[in-house]
Amino acid sequence: MRAAAIGKTFTMAETHSLQDLQQPAVSSKVFVQRDYSSGTISKFQTKFPSELESRLDKQQFEETIQTLNNLYAEAEKLGAESYLEGCLACLTAYTIFLCMETHYEKVLKKIARYIKDQNEKIYAPRGLLLTDPIERGLRVVEITIFEDRSIGSGR
Amino acid sequence: LKNNCEYQQIDPQALPTPTPAPPPHHGNDRDKREEPKRPRRKWQVFPGKNRFYCDGRIMVARQSGVLPLTLGLIVITSGLFFIFDCPFLVKHLTSCIPVIGGGLFVFVVITLLQTSLTDPGILPRATPDEAADIEKQIDNTGNASYRPPPRTKEVLINQQVVKLKYCFSCKMFRPPRTSHCSLCDNCVERFDHHCPWVGNCVGKRNYRFFYTFIVSLSFLTAFIFGCVTTHLALSTKNTPGSNMELVICFFSVWSILGLSGFHTYLVASNLTTNEDIKGSWSGKSGEGVTNPYSHKNIFINCCSVLCAPMPPSLIDRRGFLPTDESVQTAGAGIGLAAKSEINVVGGSSQPASGLQESPSPVPVPPHSHQNSSSV
Repeated sequence: MRAAAIGKTFTMAETHSLQDLQQPAVSSKVFVQRDYSSGTISKFQTKFPSELESRLDKQQFEETIQTLNNLYAEAEKLGAESYLEGCLACLTAYTIFLCMETHYEKVLKKIARYIKDQNEKIYAPRGLLLTDPIERGLRVVEITIFEDRSIGSGR
Repeated sequence: LKNNCEYQQIDPQALPTPTPAPPPHHGNDRDKREEPKRPRRKWQVFPGKNRFYCDGRIMVARQSGVLPLTLGLIVITSGLFFIFDCPFLVKHLTSCIPVIGGGLFVFVVITLLQTSLTDPGILPRATPDEAADIEKQIDNTGNASYRPPPRTKEVLINQQVVKLKYCFSCKMFRPPRTSHCSLCDNCVERFDHHCPWVGNCVGKRNYRFFYTFIVSLSFLTAFIFGCVTTHLALSTKNTPGSNMELVICFFSVWSILGLSGFHTYLVASNLTTNEDIKGSWSGKSGEGVTNPYSHKNIFINCCSVLCAPMPPSLIDRRGFLPTDESVQTAGAGIGLAAKSEINVVGGSSQPASGLQESPSPVPVPPHSHQNSSSV
């Protein structure tokens, strides 16, 4: 509207802030639910939501979710390393959790980087946005679908 | 588009909700609309019945139960032990006694505080969009004019049918082993029980602290009991302190030992108190019902409960709420236009339950989720 008209007359430096006025509106959100078939471990369903059919390849989506699942499995893995960490923590009355970054937290950072990377390379160019599941309590992978305004601002 | 995407990462928790936020301890929950400079942290708008201290680093249940009593009993009994029994026993037996006693005492107090002050595994409530999405999926069959019957969803976990219940407070289907604690008004993952003695729920994140606490407390009470008995047996004097210790220890040692034994059984079979009491997997409700979470191996069960990687806190207490400031670069006039243009996400996608639209957009700092590595 008025803001959009103003936007076109400003220089590049100012369009950044005014691009906010032109940013695509959210058309809907898709929630990828948890898959509990293997128990309480963090795992998401790989079923391709129908709302994304027009925007994304099924294979692309499945690969993203599968990689996320693998990363969460790595975070929650019961192995020698986690046992050692657990026993050491117990001996110190768990006070090392106050000073040390746990294995899980390290993997969460990795996951955040992966999601950012996926957003930049794959999802944003298609007008989609992946939300890190940790922001939603590891309940869902929220995918925001933006309206397809195919003007130049849709990078 | 990347920057715009970040601006859209709105946390609908910023939207004013009907439930009043618990007032934080330091009482700085003034009207933030007038002070746009100070971003609020998420603990200040937390919907459950919890209290937060140290700017969200520490949390307790609203009702602290008898935690002061527990702490008091432990401190007083140990204090009496050090004052009345140790001098005698050091002289007549060995000086290791106060060292062992001191070590156990410190261990017990630390694990008790860890159990009480840690997030037990609270699940944050569903965002309005999620809740709307779930409602849409459910309401295909029923109408919304009356409170629908309890909603359940069945899933297959390791070939075992498990019913997931819908939580009306948190507006989501509870994950398996999650239960809603009415005292704390939170859904807690791997809910064991709400322990009044520690003044907190015991759940996924603090079960290992709880278990270590009761086991070390058993050792401590047994140790003090033994020492006091030895003291009274070897000495002719009967100090009032020793008598009091004897009484306290006698009554607590059996109950604590019993509790430790019970929880050891639970750990070895990967059960929670909640499941054990309800008899979820004991086969009462049908044949062939086994615990789908058990690894069928005592050692692996113990390791998975006590030594698994520490899960992070999902409620992100110290994360910042999206601020009320809009992008003020373009000036007031356009800024106002921006406020109405840039719709809050919840507003634009049909909010489920008549939420008021937040008056301004919400650019979120990219790292809004701070992984606080403490508790």
